[in-house]
Amino acid sequence: MIETPSPIKFVHQVILELIEPNSKVLDLGCGDGTLLSLLIRTKNISGTGIEINEQAIYQAVAKGLTVSHADIDSGLVDYSNKRFDYVILNESLQEVLRPKEVILEACRVGKKVIVGIPNFCYWTARLQIFLNGRVPVTKELPHEWDETPNLRFLSIKDFRAFCRRNEIRVLKEIGVSRNHRILFLRNLFANTGVFLLEK
Amino acid sequence: MTNDSVGTVETQYFTFCEPPDELTLKSGVKLGPVTLAYETYGKLNSDKSNAILVLHALTGDAHAAGYHQGDDKPGWWDKMIGPDKAFDTNKYFIICSNVIGGCKGSTGPSSVNPRTGRPYGLSFPVITIADMVAAQKKLLDALGVPQLLSVAGGSMGGSQSLKWSVMYPDFVRSAVIIATNYRHSAQQIAFHEVGRQAIMSDPDWQKGDYYGKTIPSRGLALARMMGHITYMSDKSMEEKFGRKLLEKEKVGYDFSLDFEVGGYLKYRGDSFVQRFDANSYLYLTKAVDYFDLSQGKGLDKAFAKTKASFLVISFTSDWLYPSYQSKELVKALKVNDLDVSDIVINSNYGHDAFLVETKGQSNIIKHFLARIQKGVNHD
Repeated sequence: MIETPSPIKFVHQVILELIEPNSKVLDLGCGDGTLLSLLIRTKNISGTGIEINEQAIYQAVAKGLTVSHADIDSGLVDYSNKRFDYVILNESLQEVLRPKEVILEACRVGKKVIVGIPNFCYWTARLQIFLNGRVPVTKELPHEWDETPNLRFLSIKDFRAFCRRNEIRVLKEIGVSRNHRILFLRNLFANTGVFLLEK
Repeated sequence: MTNDSVGTVETQYFTFCEPPDELTLKSGVKLGPVTLAYETYGKLNSDKSNAILVLHALTGDAHAAGYHQGDDKPGWWDKMIGPDKAFDTNKYFIICSNVIGGCKGSTGPSSVNPRTGRPYGLSFPVITIADMVAAQKKLLDALGVPQLLSVAGGSMGGSQSLKWSVMYPDFVRSAVIIATNYRHSAQQIAFHEVGRQAIMSDPDWQKGDYYGKTIPSRGLALARMMGHITYMSDKSMEEKFGRKLLEKEKVGYDFSLDFEVGGYLKYRGDSFVQRFDANSYLYLTKAVDYFDLSQGKGLDKAFAKTKASFLVISFTSDWLYPSYQSKELVKALKVNDLDVSDIVINSNYGHDAFLVETKGQSNIIKHFLARIQKGVNHD
């Protein structure tokens, strides 16, 4: 089977640059395995995914990945301490029931943890709340309140505070908006935050 | 016959462990000579790296794919084995071995004991899953297979596959474990016990000495009828039969068969009697009941030497081998830092899903095997 790699998402590019070659990586909520297979191609990692959607698992296994059928909230308990060099939680934390437990578990099984979150305090979202008096619906947060899969609404600043409270070291923080990095006022101008963590 | 079939095939027989070199069974008893019935599909490649052993469930046989001369029904896993199928015979050399204790051409209680010239009956030694695997290893050695790319099976076939990965860790590169458990649960043992009691309480059973006489067909049919209920699901029965009546306009207010579901079970029971030996049913169910990889030492320890990559498949409506049991297995494999993928496939077919729900299984098994063949292990 010939696989044509689709254009790389900018956030994936950012995550890729955080990962050392030949590492062991666990992707929590790996979906169809796009990020993991990118990491295998470019960084020669060995990758494992956890995914709840049956159809996504078929696609991920078709990419040659090892995938476990589980939800993020309970999928980590089976792994031994520091089993992985990196645990990735990209675009999935906001859908998790118990985010604190999940991140602490991720820190247990991973030497480093990479978390990518949508920033709910992005400036367009702020404007919508301020001017329209409505809960924001943006390109990155396209769902109305009654059908959003997101259970958690947090900002880059909130996540920094969370890490401080839980004694998790933030080794790197990268703000992303569309296809570029945001270097200043990330909590206002970045629609996505990517964190490299260690505990 | 379509061009995705392996075509006409023939069961072959391999006899080994002739006295005095008998097979020493788990119980300590020696058994020999031993014959195994088997079939192969595809070709062993030049570096002998493409062999896959496929193992059948409780009442299955070596005829997994293709057609026997004159038959219009293919082998039991024909949807999964053939050119371009999950177990692609263009790429892999597939071996399907019958088990010892069975009645489908391998040595079992209905075989003639060479010492007495009469069928073994209950003098046949009690066998275990480990004994089945040890016998299969002899077959693979004789076929010149130095290592298995994979070992795969559902239900009792899955128990054997698991045992393979534990008994011969260097021999097994991967294992596909479908609709099974690492040990038989109390509920599973209970169903088997009722099946055995049905057979043994049939007056024709005669303590297993019925060969050449009337066979215990009522007991065996009853055992099969009950087994069949456990292989289906509430939903699949409802869809297939509902409360439909059996060739009747209204219920009879008597004890004749009123409902289609009863007629179906009776038909399955009666046809089973034609093809399966009652004593084999006793021996094989007992072998499965004895199966417990954890052996009181904890399951984590069982896989200490195992190296294989695993694919563990279960089905949402399988209440005989529920998904949570597969998850327990997955957990133990992960604790041992083994490369394990697992999926719970959505299906209404109950335990039978491993035979009929082939689309999802094919999809995942095909790609899993391709990865193993490429030599990628994500551990």
